[in-house]
Amino acid sequence: MAEAREPVTTLDTPIRLEYLFSAGIAQSKNLRGLAEGRFVGQRCPVCSKVYVPSRGSCPVDGVPTDEEVALGNTGTVTTFCVVNVPFAGQSIEIPYIVAQVLLDGADISFMGLIQEIPADQVRMGLRVEAVWVEPDQLGPSMASVKHFRPTGEPDAEYASYKDYT
Amino acid sequence: MPTPPSARGGRRPVAVVSFAQAQNQRREAHRNEVETLMPVFADVLGKVGITKDDVDFICSGSTDYLVGGPFSFVSALDAIGVWPPRRESHVEMDAAWALYEAWVVLQEDGVDAALVYGFGKSSLGDLSRIVALQLDPYVMAPLWPDPVALAALQARALLDAGKASEEDFAAVAARCRRSALDNPMAQVAYDRTVDELMTEDYVVAPLRRHALPPITDGAAAIVLAAGDKAFEWAERPAWITGIDHRIETHSPGGRDLTLSPSTAMAGRLAGVQDGRVDVAELHAPFAHQELILAQALDLGEGVSVNPSGGALAANALMAGGLIRIGEAASRIMDGRADRAVAHATSGPLLQQNLVAVLEGGR
Repeated sequence: MAEAREPVTTLDTPIRLEYLFSAGIAQSKNLRGLAEGRFVGQRCPVCSKVYVPSRGSCPVDGVPTDEEVALGNTGTVTTFCVVNVPFAGQSIEIPYIVAQVLLDGADISFMGLIQEIPADQVRMGLRVEAVWVEPDQLGPSMASVKHFRPTGEPDAEYASYKDYT
Repeated sequence: MPTPPSARGGRRPVAVVSFAQAQNQRREAHRNEVETLMPVFADVLGKVGITKDDVDFICSGSTDYLVGGPFSFVSALDAIGVWPPRRESHVEMDAAWALYEAWVVLQEDGVDAALVYGFGKSSLGDLSRIVALQLDPYVMAPLWPDPVALAALQARALLDAGKASEEDFAAVAARCRRSALDNPMAQVAYDRTVDELMTEDYVVAPLRRHALPPITDGAAAIVLAAGDKAFEWAERPAWITGIDHRIETHSPGGRDLTLSPSTAMAGRLAGVQDGRVDVAELHAPFAHQELILAQALDLGEGVSVNPSGGALAANALMAGGLIRIGEAASRIMDGRADRAVAHATSGPLLQQNLVAVLEGGR
């Protein structure tokens, strides 16, 4: 007689894979720039848009973005969110602000932490500047940018960043 | 206007009009996928004097498991530039199946040209572990059977059945690597005798080093065109007169590994035996698999098998099957062959197989 058994309903099959990451030629230039405390973008030869970081091509025109463009430290908050949710490993006191920052001269925004301003005062159009980590802490990653803080300039006109929201 | 040769299936004649590939190499250390693909696109479009705006449909084959990141096929589109938005699709398979999808879409009126591409940077992770994950996730993948060990089981089954000898494996490898000397895009090419190859140590018995494919970073692209457009763009289009793909059980233990009935069926339905075959490009990553495929397709004497060197010369995952179609088509387009067979495989131990017949017509 067959022995009555509990059916197997779940099993664990641990999977771990390790990878090299190849940033590519264009993004490597951006990463090396970050290690020197500066933003490096690339311009599309067809539409003249400046990407930071560039993945090597203009996603609109599909051509190499070979022209390097040195970008400054300042930019504009195009949109943002307030983080109120605590989670494991959180290193920043809540509430805090994660924003999309459009660097001056760039045509694409990227994500940045906004500090040195109360969370409820952050707004679209806020002018900000990058605060870099100490020189001996700089490395080829966005961790080189400690955060962005207000420059104190008047807010940017909506028209100046409406295409990037 | 000349007329295309008659085809099996399909309401419109479709042809390969251009083929390009990146240099196959063990490790592309500098370029990312987008940077690898851009010159391939420039090459494949430039050969027929068109731009991306001349194609109505784009289809790619790749797998995120090679990159270790999600949606890598979406970022790969940056290499072609998809603005204004255009019709596009992707298969998580070798790009030969992307070509199949494009062939289907080209049967529609109003879709006259397609760009098909595949890419695989096999060097980024531990390939033997990555490929193991295509096995069933409950009983096989957790054992992490590596692809060389699985292929060795298949080779052993061939030996045990008396269907081939280890010298036969070496003869395939010797011929493919010798042919690869004429292929500037090949990664592994040499001129060695069977006796020399037989002195190599086993990697996993009964497979010696020569019977294994190289690990390859690569990419390839093909332009397909329908009807008059094919004649407009190419002097001698490589017409797809038959194409079919079939699949067998996922479990290698559930089939006779010495046979490939799915290849045989796809070959029959694609019309391989409808005429003389000049050239066959067979996607056989392991040397013994070429013997199984040649038998399944009933390729007789006088067929030039894998003149490019095949997957033993370069084995970019997700592009290797498409490259077989491209290599076969190139030989039609430049007049070296009138009728060619191209085969692509996907999945463990020849699980899924696609066969296309390409003809130049008159």
